[in-house]
Amino acid sequence: MSILIDKNTKILVQGLTGNTGSFHTEQALAYHGTQMVGGIHPKKGGEKWDGSVPLPIFSTVAEGKEKTGANASVVYVPPAGAAAAIIEAIDAEIPLIVCITEGIPVSDMIKVKARLDRSASRLIGPNCPGIVTPDQCKIGIMPGNIFRKGSVGVVSRSGTLTYEAVFQTTNAGLGQSTAVGIGGDPVKGTEFIDMLEMFLADDETKSIIMIGEIGGSAEEDAAQFLIDEAKRGRKKPMAGFIAGRTAPEGRTMGHAGAVISGGKGGAEDKIAAMEAAGIRVSPSPARLGTTLVEAIKG
Amino acid sequence: MNIHEYQGKQLLKGFGAPVADGVPVFKIEEAEAAAKALPGPLYVVKSQIHAGGRGKGKFKELPADAKGGVRLAKSVDEVVAFAKEMLGNTLVTKQTGPAGKQVNRLYIEDGADIDRELYLSILVDRSVGRVAFVVSTEGGMDIEAVAHDTPEKIITVAIDPEKGVTADDLKALNGALKLSGDAAKDGESLFPILYKAFVEKDMSLLEVNPLIVMKNGRLRVLDAKVSFDNNALFRHADVLELRDTTEEDAKEIEASKYDLAYVALDGNIGCMVNGAGLAMATMDIIKLYGAEPANFLDVGGGASKEKVTAAFKIITADPAVKGILINIFGGIMKCDIIAEGVIAAVKEVGLKVPLVVRLEGTNAELGKKIINESGLNVVSADDLDDAAKKIVAAVKGN
Repeated sequence: MSILIDKNTKILVQGLTGNTGSFHTEQALAYHGTQMVGGIHPKKGGEKWDGSVPLPIFSTVAEGKEKTGANASVVYVPPAGAAAAIIEAIDAEIPLIVCITEGIPVSDMIKVKARLDRSASRLIGPNCPGIVTPDQCKIGIMPGNIFRKGSVGVVSRSGTLTYEAVFQTTNAGLGQSTAVGIGGDPVKGTEFIDMLEMFLADDETKSIIMIGEIGGSAEEDAAQFLIDEAKRGRKKPMAGFIAGRTAPEGRTMGHAGAVISGGKGGAEDKIAAMEAAGIRVSPSPARLGTTLVEAIKG
Repeated sequence: MNIHEYQGKQLLKGFGAPVADGVPVFKIEEAEAAAKALPGPLYVVKSQIHAGGRGKGKFKELPADAKGGVRLAKSVDEVVAFAKEMLGNTLVTKQTGPAGKQVNRLYIEDGADIDRELYLSILVDRSVGRVAFVVSTEGGMDIEAVAHDTPEKIITVAIDPEKGVTADDLKALNGALKLSGDAAKDGESLFPILYKAFVEKDMSLLEVNPLIVMKNGRLRVLDAKVSFDNNALFRHADVLELRDTTEEDAKEIEASKYDLAYVALDGNIGCMVNGAGLAMATMDIIKLYGAEPANFLDVGGGASKEKVTAAFKIITADPAVKGILINIFGGIMKCDIIAEGVIAAVKEVGLKVPLVVRLEGTNAELGKKIINESGLNVVSADDLDDAAKKIVAAVKGN
């Protein structure tokens, strides 16, 4: 078993006809035949995509879902229209929505979050690299060639650090069950806790890497969750990393969510909370794989 | 993006918030007319810089016992005298760092009879994904100290985005701030106004410290610190006009032209990385090996050769930089594009410091080949660990 996606996942692309959407749809199709089933464009419904496979284009997500049986969508729509695209997918009752778009206004995401809370949809992102279940399905922009089918669940707020964790666990011979980038924005669809719950429940996931960064308190919340679950006997070996130990207070470090403000959201507090929850936190981003191997050995 | 206090107040006034009358002053000659335009007899002369702690701040050029960056004046003459001492001088506060900030603008404001000083801010509470009011009866002082020493005195009220500020929210806010009578009525009109301004203008922070209850029992916004969500600036041309680039780092302004995320830091190893998390992690690993990063720089996911060239120029233009580390894990970003951009930049501006390059992911082999065959004095690294060790050793002269 994997989490969220597998070889049966059927994916619609919102923003298929743009450069980014087209490029990554080709990459996904080339990745073990990920089932990309169609694109959405309000004005190009009825046309075909001019990629390597002539995917159908639908005017609305609802129509695309009805005609293809899609159970997931990926959003590459530019920032100004991305929130509306997510809400359209929620309204069409798409179970899994993955938003790659970076730079969505926070107030738009607050509206999305309110809609999401009243729905059965799960949103991953925005401002995230997507999800990969090795050898089965790839949604988003992660490079497929660094993955290897295996037992590590990877969850990260940062895209390229997800690649580091994947690459290093591949090199360590462990491979991944599923890797998920939850995104670097302050208001997002899925938090660490949601992902940790899924990884703890997944038999194929034997160990977990969790990569956080400065800003907010999601890592501390996740640590408390792990402590509570461990008391119920649910526990897996974990390694972690927090990016931004050297970041100055009050400056946003690239990601909209990566900022230490009012003395809160600093790296040291997060590392302490994670270590208290039994996670081996690597001081170096280059030792994620080896740190996890040590954690598994106990 | 941040704006000045006086700009924030003008903006809030437009939404109907009670603020004092005031006049911004850019030159000493303007101070007298500004003061005369106000009713008096009390005036407040406030330094306008994008940093807090102005009242307790000290001017570098003045004697140590001189007054700070916010001063109470009792006559027009005193306003003018203060303006002469403050304008053009460098104010050092808790938030400016030791270098301080030059005061290029003053705000002359009508004085108020203060009964109580309260704290109010509006921000995005990410734990619930909503806009929230944060209020305290302990206003006028360092709110971080209040949060640390007496956290029970800080109360958060999150707002349902689909309902706005409800009667229950108003009751909670008035209760938390212990407002009654006229002040409570003022609160009932002020809180929705501030929420509306926050949401309509896509603010990321609206801080009023202090919000005051005057001797006449009415509320007034006595200070306003406003920051905007950079991701939403595209739909607020009026807000963009308020930008004061003299408050920003020149390298950061240059970087923003190329859509590069850049933050200047105090160290001497320049960094170019793709992805914000990896860029932070690269800074961290440099520190781990005993050196300091000169900057944070995320070239982003789909950088072009031109963008990489611009990034390289910004890094090398910083005289503090004694070595450069390029760390790329290509996903969307192709390593050969990075390699070509770096070579183009080196040919244009030269390379006077050691350069270590680590390329991984998409087209990494091609990228390495391009760099190796360029004839440039570049040290290539096998992985992130190796890269960090090599650049730190090179900068330390080992």
